[in-house]
Amino acid sequence: MNWQVMIDSFPALAEGALITLELVVISGILGVLLAVPMAMARVSPRPWLRALPLAHIYFFRGTPLLVQIYLVYYGLGQFEAVRDSVLWPYLREAYWCAIIAFTLNTSAYTAEILRGAIQSVPRGEVEAAETVGMSPALIWRRIRLPRAFRIALPAYSNEVILMLKGSALASTITLMDLTGVARTIIARTYTPVELFLAAGLLYVVLAFLILGGFRLVERRLNRHLQPG
Amino acid sequence: MDLQGFGAQLASGTWITVQLALASMACAVVLGLLGASAKTSGLTPLRWLGTAYTGMVRGLPELLVILLVYFGAAMVINQVASAFGYTQYIELSPFVAGVIALAFNYGAYMTEVFRGALATIPRGHTEAGMALGMGRLRIFRRIVLPQVWRVALPASGNIFLALLKDTALVSVIGLEDLMRETAIAVGYSKQPFTFYLAAAFIYLGLTAVATLGIHWLERRTTHGMRTLSG
Repeated sequence: MNWQVMIDSFPALAEGALITLELVVISGILGVLLAVPMAMARVSPRPWLRALPLAHIYFFRGTPLLVQIYLVYYGLGQFEAVRDSVLWPYLREAYWCAIIAFTLNTSAYTAEILRGAIQSVPRGEVEAAETVGMSPALIWRRIRLPRAFRIALPAYSNEVILMLKGSALASTITLMDLTGVARTIIARTYTPVELFLAAGLLYVVLAFLILGGFRLVERRLNRHLQPG
Repeated sequence: MDLQGFGAQLASGTWITVQLALASMACAVVLGLLGASAKTSGLTPLRWLGTAYTGMVRGLPELLVILLVYFGAAMVINQVASAFGYTQYIELSPFVAGVIALAFNYGAYMTEVFRGALATIPRGHTEAGMALGMGRLRIFRRIVLPQVWRVALPASGNIFLALLKDTALVSVIGLEDLMRETAIAVGYSKQPFTFYLAAAFIYLGLTAVATLGIHWLERRTTHGMRTLSG
């Protein structure tokens, strides 16, 4: 075991970890923004509205993330219309392609988590809101969504950890995330065990931090349930 | 969808993907049983080992584990081999490396599933076996295991679906699975979207077939069980 290589490459790995974190946070936020309307459509009483996000959810949950990344990064360039569009400078960048793929992927999983949470909001609370004359939009905003977010939080923290692990795939499209940095250094020093172990350690630390963050948020949101 | 004669190549890649998924799952089940036994064992060091295993895998990216096994394990194996005086270079095939890495990863998830399932078997069943003079291994094999399968099946099915999708990652170390064959086809045809979409639909088909298979197994194992609906 070559400890010196591990210590020397730590600053570069830490920078990669920041990129990883950035990918997870940005696509996580965008994914939730996409997932909320999808989950709302999934619990709609109208059958056609319920069916609308189904194809998206089925496709992105049923195919490997790697295929999705390649479809965005390599696939979109096949069409001239895309290459000529104003978005091409962004779609050409591995960074934005990774963000797009991760966002679409996590939105499908998050929508299903949220759907389950919305459905488990106690009916009585919604009925009470109806009784005091709240409009459907107000009920969504004040009762159903806030309650659903709270119920979904533990399951969502799992999804974020899965996203953290999935973000390593960004390294396959030349992005310098934590795994990407490790692979680049290995190509120069040929010390795979040391570098991958160091990167793995950083991933575990990141997962630990994320879970800790969620636990803090959870405790804050469920203040009223704590004894004393 | 025009595959320009690459259909046979995609089919052979699909076959490798299926083999990889089944082999990895079989190993993950064995690892999961071992892990669950360790975590519920009376020996504290074994329990720690089990907890460290599942905790570590929870935070490690699958891709990193695959790369570590492929590049790292080969080096370790060769160092051990040369220490014993074996001079030839031993190469780890991408398939074997993929099975090891995926089994290591999903074995941790299976550990949690089996641990939960083991807890649902009443102690009285084991005690009844002991009263009949069965050995511990036989009690496990004849009484506990047949019941554990049934309880663990739905969760294991979900894990298998996740594993099936993660086999795509093994293409990164050069296994000629569906993903890699698709990439080769893309290199020739210059039609990345068409071919990756075809690959995506093949994966969708595989997960659909796997889902059907899981349902069939579930129906078989719950045969004769009383359900809430009647």
